[in-house]
Amino acid sequence: MSMFPISASDLRFVPNGHAVLQGLDLTLGGEGISVVLGPNGAGKSVLLRILCGLLVPSGGQLRWGVQQDCPAGVAMVFQQPIMLRAAVIENAALGLIPLGVGRAERQASAWAMLERVGLADRAKDSARQLSGGERQRLALARAWLTRPRLLLLDEPTASLDPSGAEMVERIIREIRTEGCKIVMTTHNLGQATRLADDVVFMANGRVREHVPVGEFFRRPASEEARLFIQGELPWQMAF
Amino acid sequence: MSIGGIGAAFSEALSLIAAFDHQVLEIALLSLQVSGLAVAIGLLIGLPAGACLAVGRFPGKQTLAIVANGFMGLPSVVVGVVVYLLLSRSGPFGELGLLYTPTAMVIAQVVLVVPLMAAISRQVVEDAWREYAEEFAAMRFNWRQSVRTLLYDCRYSLFVAVLAGLGRAMSEVGAVMIVGGNIDRSTRVMTTSIALETSKGDLPLAIALGLVLIALILLLNGLAFSVRNWAMRRFD
Repeated sequence: MSMFPISASDLRFVPNGHAVLQGLDLTLGGEGISVVLGPNGAGKSVLLRILCGLLVPSGGQLRWGVQQDCPAGVAMVFQQPIMLRAAVIENAALGLIPLGVGRAERQASAWAMLERVGLADRAKDSARQLSGGERQRLALARAWLTRPRLLLLDEPTASLDPSGAEMVERIIREIRTEGCKIVMTTHNLGQATRLADDVVFMANGRVREHVPVGEFFRRPASEEARLFIQGELPWQMAF
Repeated sequence: MSIGGIGAAFSEALSLIAAFDHQVLEIALLSLQVSGLAVAIGLLIGLPAGACLAVGRFPGKQTLAIVANGFMGLPSVVVGVVVYLLLSRSGPFGELGLLYTPTAMVIAQVVLVVPLMAAISRQVVEDAWREYAEEFAAMRFNWRQSVRTLLYDCRYSLFVAVLAGLGRAMSEVGAVMIVGGNIDRSTRVMTTSIALETSKGDLPLAIALGLVLIALILLLNGLAFSVRNWAMRRFD
């Protein structure tokens, strides 16, 4: 059973009386990369957590295909991924534990995945001693290994240097080519132009625009989006 | 006793240790066996129980946590009396004939160390759980997988729980005296021997056993400390 399209209607999230999402409407198809843009506090990370089933909305409707509960096949990579006090390969294999995969098969799959993300030579090292970029690649490997149909990435390259970010972007593209739907947040407009098929622009807990990436940067429909893009003029020059 | 007398007793005690006195070795070995087994069993019960208390969501969780914390200081003589009543001829487990055996001493020490290890384990795992809960939820870990993974991740911090349990078991007198009976060559361990020999006035043997006890505790702590430090450097 397909989990797509994912449709949110009048979605609200109001923890302790503070409205984070206030009537969000959104429909996401099952292909490509959707980049969620918006200023701080727009509710981007909360939206990702709700799509992952980690937070329960206060109101509105959310469906994954025809299902009302978050289905299997959804994975998420956080901005600051947590690593166990264990070797890189053990951390990579972690996501397979809930799937009931045996230890030997977990290790073999993790090894193959580490080769794909360029971390095979660090397989035996402690995961906590990796650099920020390496940790993020490991987190992507851990999520990718579970063969998700929907991968949620919360600012995957925040605080990474350009070369670290470039390697992460390469992996994201590779995951996309395997038919996995990716929804990611970023503050980096250049990254959005490089990776996105469509842009979801959020402000004040609502979706203001959901359009193909080129259209968003060439002809932003809302004033908020126009001002948001102007704040990143060097990236806008690419268009 | 004069200073000279104490000095002579110490000197004789050191001679007993240096000569690997048979009685000292036998008593020390039994102490290690009883306390080691009690801690090993306590580890299998206390650590997972503490982790379940940290991760689980069930009614009475707070009460259980308070009980575990409170029972850390459970008086050993009280445990001794309770285990004695359970194992005595007229008690519910009297037919097993365990009273005044090393097994009875192990049971009493398990009762003493489990709450201590569970309470420490709960605290250590709860701190880690705060950090990992969201990541584990995103990976769809169930509570059992979470507990196992957290215990594995906290394994070096949980050395503290093992050491605390070992310290409690090895230094305990009251419970093992009541359920073991301090029988020569059968249930006599270092702490009960020290108490007995001191009351008899045989200070050299009491001091020798005391020194061995302290040395063993320091040695085990030093070993655990070194392993933990190595592991922290390797994985943290």
